[in-house]
Amino acid sequence: MSDISRRKLITTGIAAAAGFAGLAAASGLARRYELIPPDSGGIYGPGETLDYAAHRLFTTHSLAREFPRSMISKEPFANETDPLGDAFKRHQATGFSGWSLSVDGMVARPASFSLADLKTFPIHNQITEVACEEGWSYIAEWIGTPLANVLNTVGVLPQARYLVYFSFQPHWWDSIDIADALHPQTFLTLGMNDSDLLVPFGGPLRLRVPRQLGYKSVKYITRITATDSLKHFGKGLGSEGPEFGYAWYGGI
Amino acid sequence: MLVRVTHWITVIAFFALLITGIEILISHPRFYWGETGNSGTRPLFSIPIPSSRGTVPSGYNYVLPDQNGWSRALHFEASWLLLFTGLAYGIAGLLTRHFRRNLFPPPADRNWRALRDVFTSYLRRAPPDPAQSCSYNVVQRTTYLLVVFVLFPLVFWTGLAMSLAFESAMPFAVILLGGRQSARTEHFFLSGLLVAFLVVHVAMIILAGFKNRTRAMITGRVAPTSERP
Repeated sequence: MSDISRRKLITTGIAAAAGFAGLAAASGLARRYELIPPDSGGIYGPGETLDYAAHRLFTTHSLAREFPRSMISKEPFANETDPLGDAFKRHQATGFSGWSLSVDGMVARPASFSLADLKTFPIHNQITEVACEEGWSYIAEWIGTPLANVLNTVGVLPQARYLVYFSFQPHWWDSIDIADALHPQTFLTLGMNDSDLLVPFGGPLRLRVPRQLGYKSVKYITRITATDSLKHFGKGLGSEGPEFGYAWYGGI
Repeated sequence: MLVRVTHWITVIAFFALLITGIEILISHPRFYWGETGNSGTRPLFSIPIPSSRGTVPSGYNYVLPDQNGWSRALHFEASWLLLFTGLAYGIAGLLTRHFRRNLFPPPADRNWRALRDVFTSYLRRAPPDPAQSCSYNVVQRTTYLLVVFVLFPLVFWTGLAMSLAFESAMPFAVILLGGRQSARTEHFFLSGLLVAFLVVHVAMIILAGFKNRTRAMITGRVAPTSERP
């Protein structure tokens, strides 16, 4: 070890100190610019944080790729869901006339919307791809209203940072940050491929988040809550996914 | 020194990526060409193994345990580690002229004949030129350059192309690869090429003297054995 010179020791020391200072400064900046995801703890935390921070820095305003009508998949694949209970079947029998979406939490005017109410908002369509974390994908036309329209009606308070959304299915909920909630392609989806949204694909109401993996597009939406912290939802990791090891942020 | 440190970090990251990559593959061991593909479409080819998802028509009547969650997390974390390591190696390699001195073939060797000569000497099992134990021949140099500057960048590109948010920011990066499912298939074959490189690389080390070569890569010193001139 005699060949380690004093100069080498000093340079290594300075480099290490600079590295630690750089890391500390980076984590401070990340906190300040809200680049830390709710599941940033644990051994995979650094990776999740880098994924989320990089995507927030470079993709916040980019639009999911839209495809020509000719590329709509002839075989869209509805992934399996837990069996739907009797309460859902009663809704189904009445054509979902009693279905309602409540929007509450950090909003100025909490409200509840029937499917008919939602159809009074400007209806848009997007031909985007659903990609599953397993590797498969399909393209479909999604018809609905941008979530931002509904959020503007209820008036999301400026301190809200996340939107938590709940399925009719118990234990199925997820959340996105405000940037994704207000993104023009984040849709409250009522229809698919020129028809109503069928039950296997999330009908009557699915939240489509086309720049994230399929599992973030929760089916059978009944409630949306605006919040400044995810600590009090489930285990505080932002959704049930991270409790089973799945990333909260699904853009990758 | 930096070459050695980055080499061993790359080894760790590569094995993490390989194992988790296989786990992710098991959740859908079917490959497609083009933009889309799923259990309802005809695959380009499929790997005859059981899947960790019941929705995949794998031909087996049982389902493997789902390991996709942590596998994906570790896969991306390891790719960040590999990216930072690769950047450090790349920048240092330029600054220290490591690429020019040790990897780019010397001008006299930049032709097909030089490449052929190396292969003939391998086939004849000719004893290596003593000078070779401290330097790489033209075939080795070309292979390392391909791995460092072609395979690794391509495997990153095809991997990133599967990210929906990345695609939204750079759609042409996915279109150039032929679509999302094509990128996934390409990612699979590129990983296969990297594994093939690994196998040959380790085989060469065993032939050249595993203990001595591995010690050299860890400590930076070549033991004074008969291998040295």
